[in-house]
Amino acid sequence: MSDAKISIRNLYKIFGRTPDKVLPLVRDGVSKEDLLAQHDHVLGINDVSLDIQPHGLQVVMGLSGSGKSTLIRHINRLIDPTAGEILIDGEDVLRMSESRLRDLRRFRTSMVFQKFGLLPHRKVLQNVAYGLQVQGKSETESTRAARHWIARVGLDGYENHYPAQLSGGMQQRVGLARALATDADILLMDEAFSALDPLIRTEMQGILLELQQELHKTIIFITHDLDEALRLGDNIAILRDGAVVQQGSAQQIVLRPADDYIRDFVKDINRGRVIRLGSLVEGTAPGGPVLPHDTLLEDALLHLSDAPQQRVAVSDRSGRIIGGVDLKTAIRAIHA
Amino acid sequence: MDFLTTFPSMGRADLAALRRGIDAGFRNFSREWGEAIEAFFHPLLMFLVWFDKLLVNTPWPVILGVIGVLVWAGSRSWVMTLGSVAAFFLIGYFGMWQDTMSTLAIISVATILCIAIGIPLGILMARSNRAQSTITPVLDVMQTIPSFVYLIPVVMLLGIGRVPGLIAVCIYALPPIVRLTNLGIRLVDRDVLEASTAFGASGWQKLWGVQVPLALPNIFAGINQTIMMALAMVVIASMIGVQGLGVPVLRAISNQYLALGVMNGLAIVALAIIFDRVSQRYGQRLQAHRKGHGQ
Repeated sequence: MSDAKISIRNLYKIFGRTPDKVLPLVRDGVSKEDLLAQHDHVLGINDVSLDIQPHGLQVVMGLSGSGKSTLIRHINRLIDPTAGEILIDGEDVLRMSESRLRDLRRFRTSMVFQKFGLLPHRKVLQNVAYGLQVQGKSETESTRAARHWIARVGLDGYENHYPAQLSGGMQQRVGLARALATDADILLMDEAFSALDPLIRTEMQGILLELQQELHKTIIFITHDLDEALRLGDNIAILRDGAVVQQGSAQQIVLRPADDYIRDFVKDINRGRVIRLGSLVEGTAPGGPVLPHDTLLEDALLHLSDAPQQRVAVSDRSGRIIGGVDLKTAIRAIHA
Repeated sequence: MDFLTTFPSMGRADLAALRRGIDAGFRNFSREWGEAIEAFFHPLLMFLVWFDKLLVNTPWPVILGVIGVLVWAGSRSWVMTLGSVAAFFLIGYFGMWQDTMSTLAIISVATILCIAIGIPLGILMARSNRAQSTITPVLDVMQTIPSFVYLIPVVMLLGIGRVPGLIAVCIYALPPIVRLTNLGIRLVDRDVLEASTAFGASGWQKLWGVQVPLALPNIFAGINQTIMMALAMVVIASMIGVQGLGVPVLRAISNQYLALGVMNGLAIVALAIIFDRVSQRYGQRLQAHRKGHGQ
C-alpha cells in the first residue's frame, strides 16, 4: 500500500563478520541454525516486509530471539540492515545523510525502551525535557512542555525526583512522557511494559490506549506477550526466527492461525475478549435487540442469553443490519 | 660450550659507543632546543612563581580562613573543616608553614595541569580504540619507569628548578586520571547511551550530556589518585630544586635528623589526608542521584 506511514521492504539483517557474503545463502533459504553452525553468522531479520498504516498501533510479537527488537531498531536506524528498504513517509531512511537522520530521530520518531533508558543524573523534569533540549528548544519552552506531559502520564509532584527514587512503573511513565514530549508522530515502543508487574502493565496499557485515542500517533509496539499484543494491536505481526509468520488483526490471528506455531500460541488466550460479533454473523437478522459488529463476544453473551430465542441482530459501522448471531454459535466460538 | 654459559652480548666497546652516541645526540638536541623549550614553559614558570608567592606572602590567618571555606565547600562537614584548619595551624606552629605553602602551590598547579591534559586524553581514548591501544603502553611506562630515570633527560633539557620538577610530578601523576576518565566513559550504561542516540543527540551532546556526567565518579577517583601521586613525588621533586616539604626531608635523610624527617613527613601526610577526604566527599555529593528512595 502506498499510503503506509512506514514501509519495510525485504529487510535482512545478518550479524557476523561478512554478512554480505552469506546474504545470497539466506536468500536461497538457508535456515537460521545452519547459518550459525556452518557459517558462523546470526540471522537477525529474514526478508521482512511490513506496511504500517498511519495513526495505527502495529504490534510486532515474538519470543525472545525472534528479532523483534532488532526490527524496531531499523526504523530509526539504531541498527543498519544488511539489505532491504525502510521508507518513512516515502523517504528512504537508509539513504539519509547523518544530519537528516539526526533530524528524523529528533523530530519524527521517538522511542520508549524496555529498560527505560532514563538519564540517572537528571531529575524527572529534565528527563522528560531531554528530547526537546536535543532539538534545541529553549529552556522555558521545553520545561513547559515537560510539565504538561508529566501531568498527562500522572506524575504530578514527582518533577524533582531522580529516576532511581521511582518505582519501575513510574520510571516508564517518565519514559513515555519523554517520548511524547518531542511531538514526533511515530512512537517506537520496544517491550516498553515487559519489565513491569502484571498489574502495572495493564495500567500502562490503559494509559497508552487512552492517550492514543486522542493523539493518533503511528505506534510500533514490540512485545513477547500475546495478551498484550491482542489488547493493544490494531494490527499484529508475529515474528519467528527473524521472519514474519503471520500478520493481521487480533481476531484474524485467533480465528485463523497460519500454522501450528501460532495455533499453539493462541490456544490458551481468552477468545471472548478477542473475537467480535461481526465475524460470526450468519443467516437473517431477528427482530429485537441490535448489537454493533465490533462488540466483543464476552460482552455480548449476557445480551444473547436475554434476547428472544437467544439471538440478536448485528449492525455494521453505518448502523445497517447485516445479519444475526445466536448464543450457541457464540459459545462455540469462545470454546473452539 | 662457551656459547651456552656466556650470554651473546654486545661487545663492551660497542655498548659504550652506543651509549655515548645516544647521550651526545640528546645533548646536542638539548643544546639546540633547550632554550626554545624553556621559553615554551616560561608562562607556566611565571604562574607557578606567582602562585607560590601568593601563598607564602598572604597573611596566615587569611590562608587558614580560605582553607576552612574550601574544605567546607567541598565536604560540608564541620569535623573535617575544623580538623583541616587545626592541622594547618599545627604545621605552622612547628615551623613548616613556608615549605607547606610551596608544596601546596606545586601540587595545585600540577593537579590543574594533569586535569587539563588528562581528561581530554581520557575522552580521546574512550572514543577511539586505536588511541586507547597507543596511549595505554605509554601510560604503563610513565607509571612504572623509576622516576629518577626520567629526571635525567628532564634536567638535561631544562636544568634544575621548578618547571622540571613540575614536569616530573606530572609524568608520575597523570596516568590515573587518563585511565579513569577512559574507563568511566567506557562504563557508561549502553541503554542510556542508546536512548540518547534514539532522541537524535549529536556526538557532542552525548559526550557532555550523558557520558561525562555519568563518568564523573570515576573521573573524580582519577583526580583523587592524581593528587595523591603528586604528593608522593614531593620528596623526589625536591632533588631537582623544587621548594617545599621535600627539601627538609631530603636534608633529614642525608644527615640522619629523625625529628625533622618525621615532622615534615607527617605534614605531607596531613596534606594528603585533607586532599583525599575533601575530594572524595565532593565526589560523593555529586552522586546525589544514586541514592534510592527519599530525597
